[in-house]
Amino acid sequence: MSVPIMTPPSAPGYKRNVVIDWNNARTRAIPWLLASPLLVYMAVVYAMPVVAMLLRSLNDPSWSLDHYAALAGDAVFLKVFWITLGTSLAVTFGCVVLAYPVALALSRARSTAPLILMVILLPFWTSVLVRSYAWMVLLGRHGVINEALLALGLIDQPLKLLNTTMATQIAMIHILLPYMILPIANALRQIDPSLPRAAWGLGATPWGTFRQVIFPLSMPGVAAGMLLVFVLALGFYITPAMVGSSSDITLSMLIAQEVEQLNWGYAGTLSAVLLALALAMIGIGQLVPGVSNALRTTKS
Amino acid sequence: MEQALRFPARSGDDNRVRGASVSLTNLVKSYGGVTAVAGVSLDIRSGEFLTLLGPSGCGKTTTLMMIAGFESPSIGDIAIDGASVTAMPPYRRNIGMVFQNYALFPHLTAAENIGFSLKQRGVPKAERARLVSEALELVQLSTYGERYPRQLSGGQQQRVAVARAIVFKPRLLLMDEPLGALDKKLREDLQIEMRRLHAELGITFILVTHDQDEALIMSDRIAVMNEGKIAQIGRPVDLYDRPCNRFVAGFIGQSNFLPAVVCGLEGDVVVTKCQGVLVRAVTSQRPAIGAEVSVTIRPERLRFADSTTERASSANCLNVTVTEAVFAGERWRYVLSSDSGGSMVLNEASGAMIRRRAVGESAEITWSVADTILV
Repeated sequence: MSVPIMTPPSAPGYKRNVVIDWNNARTRAIPWLLASPLLVYMAVVYAMPVVAMLLRSLNDPSWSLDHYAALAGDAVFLKVFWITLGTSLAVTFGCVVLAYPVALALSRARSTAPLILMVILLPFWTSVLVRSYAWMVLLGRHGVINEALLALGLIDQPLKLLNTTMATQIAMIHILLPYMILPIANALRQIDPSLPRAAWGLGATPWGTFRQVIFPLSMPGVAAGMLLVFVLALGFYITPAMVGSSSDITLSMLIAQEVEQLNWGYAGTLSAVLLALALAMIGIGQLVPGVSNALRTTKS
Repeated sequence: MEQALRFPARSGDDNRVRGASVSLTNLVKSYGGVTAVAGVSLDIRSGEFLTLLGPSGCGKTTTLMMIAGFESPSIGDIAIDGASVTAMPPYRRNIGMVFQNYALFPHLTAAENIGFSLKQRGVPKAERARLVSEALELVQLSTYGERYPRQLSGGQQQRVAVARAIVFKPRLLLMDEPLGALDKKLREDLQIEMRRLHAELGITFILVTHDQDEALIMSDRIAVMNEGKIAQIGRPVDLYDRPCNRFVAGFIGQSNFLPAVVCGLEGDVVVTKCQGVLVRAVTSQRPAIGAEVSVTIRPERLRFADSTTERASSANCLNVTVTEAVFAGERWRYVLSSDSGGSMVLNEASGAMIRRRAVGESAEITWSVADTILV
């Protein structure tokens, strides 16, 4: 005859529904279920067209790698590829140089910080199309800048500002600047204020403190900003098409051109190259310590 | 170890440097309408270990930051060795500083952190490496030079911070709650180690803490601060035995406060009427007859009187009832109430030789007049 055993307080069933057991297969499915409407939407309107477009590079007109093989000897493609890469690099470095001082000011500001942020974000919320038109108004042959220079008597004839490589770069830097400022400012804000103090106390001048402490510690933010700006610049279409030089054709412009001429296979191949380039940059970015973290906290 | 911190630029073979003397004259710091420091005057002697002790918000850290040069005083002057440094930027003051969170540079190794100040001063690389390894040895971290701060424990980070603050041989070392983030056991070890370093280096130390035990153990002198002012300054034993006001008596150690009325003076001793009996107390003030005052006694200075205790004329006595008895390890803590209703705490060592008192038991307590302070 056995003695009845009392259930100890720690036995299963005693504390129920206190902690969600995330190892349970059912509970693990909950986040996916919550995200499923969006996932279905993205699959239908985004992933499927992208895959279809990329497939064209392989099966148009018949299954082969001919499109990719042809790229290496394609003079137009190579020129466009290097222009795209060069423009993106120039814009990225232009953004770093212009954004860093602003980010520094933003991270130091106390009462004026919301105002500075507003000034940075206001154009950010304006359509790229509108901003590109604005640059056309500013840079045009009879635009604001030329008219002003003429009125001041500094020039006799209007300068050719619009439809130049420089115009593309200026407009793209303007549009992409917030993507550089915010991660850098965020990285600067996260630097413990006692670190610059420690450096001063140890004999570093304000410039020495910046060079040896603040700048190195802001590098994850700089790298994150460069990554964002570079990848976004790779795919720019409207701005270079509107304000750029007619000889400066970027990859996305070439893709659009080919689609218009119904060269789907070639367009798909170019798209694959552009995508691979962007993914490669993101991959490289992940290797730099602190970058993924800086990207994650950008919006804070 | 003796020549561990010899600095080549200094002449002479004596490793011990003369510490800096610091004098603060009527220092005031206000932010907008808030006054953080409200007139602090203080002379810190060469080679002294001085602690600024007080509750948070008392202005002790602000005072330290002004000495370091990170904050500039609204009014007043700071002089080091007699020369005013009020207008001098921090990087030219040559003061070592240990921060509350250590403020180690996360992108530099322990050795690079320690060598930072030497690099700013243009010390050649080979010399720098030698001084850094000697400083690491001094704080017993010789093999940790190549580690980054995140790879070190809290106690090790604290040692690196100390090594970094003294490697360039400053004559003044400031420390802002340097042990605050460590656990109790480690804190006690490091308190002893900081004292050893102070004796070894011979330089002036200024410590900021809210921990009265730390202040009592480490300091030559303590300046107790409250509401932006120095409430009292003196040796630890003086502050403990002769607090000059109620704030100091309450902040350092525990104290019983009993209301009393002055009824006479016998030389340096004040006779008061307290809890219905005559209680004699010592004071530095000269209170008027009839003045309402407060009598302060430390709980461990009260004793239960028994038949064998001789009644010295230098002792005060009071009849009480035990209302609470709490065991606290090395001592019993009794809460007593006097016949006229006053409540006080008595601490008695625990042990088999000492008779335990029961709650509700009546007793007579006695304590020395010298331990009775009028505040």
